[in-house]
Amino acid sequence: MANILDIRRRIRSVTNTRQITKAMKMVSAAKLRRAQERALAARPYARMLSNVLKSLVSRAEIYDPETGEPRHPLLAQRPEKNILLIVVTGDKGLAGAFNTNILKAATRFLESQSGKNIEIEAIGRKGRDFLKRRFKAAQPRQADSTDAAATTIVGEQVGVLNKIEYPMAAELAQRIIERYGKEEIDAVYILYNEFKSVIAQRLVVEQVLPIEKVGEVSVAQAEGMTLEEKERALEAAKGAGVSLRPTDTSAMDEAAARFATAPVDYIYEQPAGDLFHSLLPKYIGIQIFHALLESVAAEHAARMTAMESATSNATDMISSLTLAMNRARQAKITNEIIEIVSGAAAL
Amino acid sequence: MADTFQLEIVTPEKMVVKDVAEEVQIPGKNGYLGVLPGHAPLITELAVGEITYRNGSATHHLSVAWGFAEVLPDKVTILAETCERADEIDAVRAQTAKQRAEEHLQSANTPEEVTRAENALHRAEARLHVAEGK
Repeated sequence: MANILDIRRRIRSVTNTRQITKAMKMVSAAKLRRAQERALAARPYARMLSNVLKSLVSRAEIYDPETGEPRHPLLAQRPEKNILLIVVTGDKGLAGAFNTNILKAATRFLESQSGKNIEIEAIGRKGRDFLKRRFKAAQPRQADSTDAAATTIVGEQVGVLNKIEYPMAAELAQRIIERYGKEEIDAVYILYNEFKSVIAQRLVVEQVLPIEKVGEVSVAQAEGMTLEEKERALEAAKGAGVSLRPTDTSAMDEAAARFATAPVDYIYEQPAGDLFHSLLPKYIGIQIFHALLESVAAEHAARMTAMESATSNATDMISSLTLAMNRARQAKITNEIIEIVSGAAAL
Repeated sequence: MADTFQLEIVTPEKMVVKDVAEEVQIPGKNGYLGVLPGHAPLITELAVGEITYRNGSATHHLSVAWGFAEVLPDKVTILAETCERADEIDAVRAQTAKQRAEEHLQSANTPEEVTRAENALHRAEARLHVAEGK
């Protein structure tokens, strides 16, 4: 029979842990709410930008009318030999399977692309650490390099997820656009955890470059949540008072959808082609920015869910330990009574 | 005709302005544009500069760096990469940014470096101008 004192000590320690996980859950819930708001606030800009681009596509003769060849380097499709993969993970752990799932998906993606040169840009400390152990860092390849196909890490961003700002995404976009233009890379994918709401999340690999169709994302690989994960997330969201439905933004979306699409003849201050050229890089930037925002929201959601289950596990543990302790105490009392009674009988 | 129009200024981070205005000045790429209600539909790219809009007797100043504007008779929408209200601008920071840009301009060797330093200088100047004019 276990020692009563030991059990009591364990109960105390589990109670303390439960307090911490509970606090972490509440903190994550608050951060999640903020992250969700930021992701929503970024939507109108993204919508408007893609609208303008879409309407410009028809006016600016982006595609050669005779051959159908795109006239902008970012639209040009080449055989994919050198690929850049941007992996967005979290900076911190204790978020359940959040980081593991992303890295598993990354591994799968890398396997499916074997035989090609793959460069990895890691955003988030967890992903950086994992990928660094597996692949070596590299100098950016030259376009005419003939080395054997390899997977290398070309860049890392650690500690940026706390405070995501657009300039950071824009700078990354600028860098990949330059390299794409020089044909050092033939395709750019971004792997991140898409976040629609607490119970609607997917791990997606989106194709950033070349742009196949302006205003639409092409998803190369995606996996949704399992039913069990959804149920747990639902439970956690309820406990933390996080709304499941994102705030109603239909009015805002509608206004954004009308941007630059009014059925009138606009005066273009600059030729439509020029406008298109200066806008397209911004579109890449906003796409990356958007992915980062969603990933952060998803990370907080994952941590909230993980902490919710940790809290409930601790509660279960405390009740079973309490039961064990009570049993032990009673057994001890019974024993003592038996001893006294038999002692008395022996007299 | 109505004597006001809707003005919206949106950045990647948030919606900065959603207001009614009687007049707005936009730093177009080819020069400043003054827009009054009932303007012909127009699309333009923005340069670095200052947006000024008037609503009744109140005049608002904002600094803007790169953007894109759609003008409709009853509505003006501006997409800006960065946009700050006069009271959000840290004048001291803008001043140091200006000095830094000037130093870069002095030491720049390649044409790209010169352009970059010049852009930074313009941005800092526009922000200072807005901050001082509030």
